[in-house]
Amino acid sequence: MENKLDAQYYERLTRLQETDFALVELTLYLDTHPHDLQAIEQFNQLALKRQQQACEFESLYGPLLQFGHSFSRYPWDWKEAPWPWQV
Amino acid sequence: MWIYEKKLQYPVRVSKCDPRMARFLIEQYGGADGELAAALRYLNQRYTIPDKVIGLLNDIGTEEFAHLEMIATMVYKLTKDATPQQLEEAGLGDHFVNHDHALFYNNASGVPWTAAYIQAKGDPIADLYEDIAAEEKARATYQWLIDMTDDVDLQDSLKFLREREVIHSLRFREAVEILIEDRETKKIF
Repeated sequence: MENKLDAQYYERLTRLQETDFALVELTLYLDTHPHDLQAIEQFNQLALKRQQQACEFESLYGPLLQFGHSFSRYPWDWKEAPWPWQV
Repeated sequence: MWIYEKKLQYPVRVSKCDPRMARFLIEQYGGADGELAAALRYLNQRYTIPDKVIGLLNDIGTEEFAHLEMIATMVYKLTKDATPQQLEEAGLGDHFVNHDHALFYNNASGVPWTAAYIQAKGDPIADLYEDIAAEEKARATYQWLIDMTDDVDLQDSLKFLREREVIHSLRFREAVEILIEDRETKKIF
């Protein structure tokens, strides 16, 4: 289950979780402060950063998103462990 | 629709097998002020709340499912290596004979989750006040849970969840202000 996880896995995962946390936080903030231009700029910047981070992560550890929002290698790798509660 | 993302919102680590703590944590899984109740409450209220605050209910409701998965991960990790005897000693004997190591949507006393835990009044202010109360109750529960363990890894994840309740409560209070302001504006015209 953990055979394909190297030391970098947790490091990269943490970096992605950090960016995503900022994006969640900015999303909720902007839901009630829709005219904060600076926050929107920060949101868009981080959205771009998250795309790059997720792309790198997926190339090393497999798809993050289901239903065609991530690409698959051969054989089909979406269903492969580890699942989030296993790491 | 929803797209599943194969990662937790925040890391969940535990430093020992601790079925006793798992029994307490299940309160936030299938209890009245738990994450399942929160997610279902907000996502259900979305349909009839004014447009100005639908987005907030949608997004907080979605985040609650990420929190539900974190609680499930805690319970799973704390119990996966426990023997039936350890489960019984932790007060989970009744759970074991019914569910083995499976998780179930019940509270810390074993009472199954019920839709009676949540409200949908159709009145935006009443609904949002309920949501604020729910967040504050969940925040208090997380504090009691943090006080019940000396596992610093577990405490770290619980503190993250406690802080999220604070933010959700703040955003819901802003939503109330937005609706009140909107109502006042309409009166002038």
